Amino acid sequence: MDARIGIRNTKSILFKSFIIFLAFVVTLPLIIVLLYIIKQGVMQVNWHFLTHVPAPEGEKGGGIANALVGSLLIVGMSSLVAIPVGILAGIYLSENPGTKLAYYSGLCVDILQGVPSIVMGIVVYFWIVKPFGFSAISGSIALAIMMLPIVIRSTEQTLLLLPPSLKEAALSLGVPYHRVILKVIVPCGFAGILSGIILSIARIIGETAPLLFTALGSNYLSTNVTGAMESLPHLIFTYATSPYDDQHDLAWGASFILLMFVLILNIVTKLITRKWKIQL
Amino acid sequence: MDKNKRLDLSYSQMKWETIFKRILSVMSAIIVIVVAGVLITLVVESWPSIKSLGIGYLWGKVWDPVNNIYGAYPFLIGTLLTSFTALIISIPFSYAIAIYLGEYNPKGWLSDLLKNTIELIAAVPSIIYGFWALFVLVPVVRSLETKIHVAPYGVGVFTASLVLAVMIIPYAAALGTSLIRMVPSPLKEGAYALGATRFEVIRSVILPYTRSGLFAGILLSLGRALGETMAVTVLIGNTSAIANTFKDIFFGPGNTMASVIANEFAEADHALYLSALIELGLVLFFVTVIINLIGKRIITRYTNN
Repeated sequence: MDARIGIRNTKSILFKSFIIFLAFVVTLPLIIVLLYIIKQGVMQVNWHFLTHVPAPEGEKGGGIANALVGSLLIVGMSSLVAIPVGILAGIYLSENPGTKLAYYSGLCVDILQGVPSIVMGIVVYFWIVKPFGFSAISGSIALAIMMLPIVIRSTEQTLLLLPPSLKEAALSLGVPYHRVILKVIVPCGFAGILSGIILSIARIIGETAPLLFTALGSNYLSTNVTGAMESLPHLIFTYATSPYDDQHDLAWGASFILLMFVLILNIVTKLITRKWKIQL
Repeated sequence: MDKNKRLDLSYSQMKWETIFKRILSVMSAIIVIVVAGVLITLVVESWPSIKSLGIGYLWGKVWDPVNNIYGAYPFLIGTLLTSFTALIISIPFSYAIAIYLGEYNPKGWLSDLLKNTIELIAAVPSIIYGFWALFVLVPVVRSLETKIHVAPYGVGVFTASLVLAVMIIPYAAALGTSLIRMVPSPLKEGAYALGATRFEVIRSVILPYTRSGLFAGILLSLGRALGETMAVTVLIGNTSAIANTFKDIFFGPGNTMASVIANEFAEADHALYLSALIELGLVLFFVTVIINLIGKRIITRYTNN
């Protein structure tokens, strides 16, 4: 009898150690990738790197100013489209949970969340690139569509968590509906909405596939949003697969910068959610 | 304020209310329109290929755009092989994380640290995984392949699966963690009271109770893996021919649906070629959407009960 209990206890302990081992092994690839990118990238980054365009093939030096400016512009334009639409649609979903439109648009949010990014690239190619040519705007639209589901869901879920008495109190004071939403409900859920927005930006800033056939890429520093434009992930893709070592160096530097953006945005989200104790 | 002015004011407020409500509906209708637009665009643009190649396109074994022969079989095999290999590698790890964070250590700094680290795995852009693996993992795989006597390409289905496995772990792990935390404690306490060890409680109470939810998490991971483009495109070697033996297919270069679109879409120089590529996109769209919706449906049903 005692021996069997011993065996069962040992089994339990062995299982626990095995689980702990597996769970922590997963962090190894991340740590290895992070350290490697930092090691390779940090040497590349200096003022020259940030303010110059890539040197011609086979030449040393140059920087990623074109990709940096491009990424910020493209992501900025996507945010301009996706944030208002996403927040308003999220408000609708949380305010009218029973309606047919809410059901279908909720379903479509789920669908959008699952659409592979490359498919989004193809579709926007036919919508905008085919009639108007390659442009930063088309890239922004593809990314904005990818941002939408995250912004909508985080807005909806934040607002659903707010106590209904908030809204009822404001309405009973005679405040009109739109002012209740904009002046009471949205400010109360501001932290949750904001962290959803930041998370969605972190998600799309590294997206490459939708930009392949839309913003394309360019070797020149350009702020013309109706023309082709370089972006950080696209630059990494092009230079990673090129045969030149100098271009690999540029790609390592760009990876480092992109990784820092993503890490900082994620940490900011974490801080916001922790400070206001919200769950996404 | 005289009476007329007050009426005017409340009238304009009411007008604003209606306008505001209408804006809200329009914004959420936009989502439906976008999804419908995506579907229609894919169907319309792939129609030439659907019409002229028929359903046989899906199991045609040869992809030769130069001679106008299109068969999607190599890409279907490539996609299924990379995704399922990645899934099989990732399952033990995502289950382990879910059990550890859900049952053994649900609170405290170590638990938070691990949880945040796992979330970061999903945050790193896929092109960065691809780039890193191309320079670090590929040489390792190459020397491994020399040891087991297969052609040492380095890039290929196996390498892509390894990276993919790491990338999809967070999805199943996060869902599994929250579901395991939701297991009612009376169930567990009952089992403990009967003298069960912790392992026995996990095996015979927690895992059966969360089975369908954990399955949904795996579906979400699978949906991610099927549509993942950039890391795979960089690592898979991009060959549309399929090798003869399974070993060569598994370790040699291949192509997935997403990677062939990424590589050849810009080069597609005639209508049928382009249309055949878009049909791949359409198939990919349907498969990932269905998998995601089933996963989400299971989760909602599970969390409501």
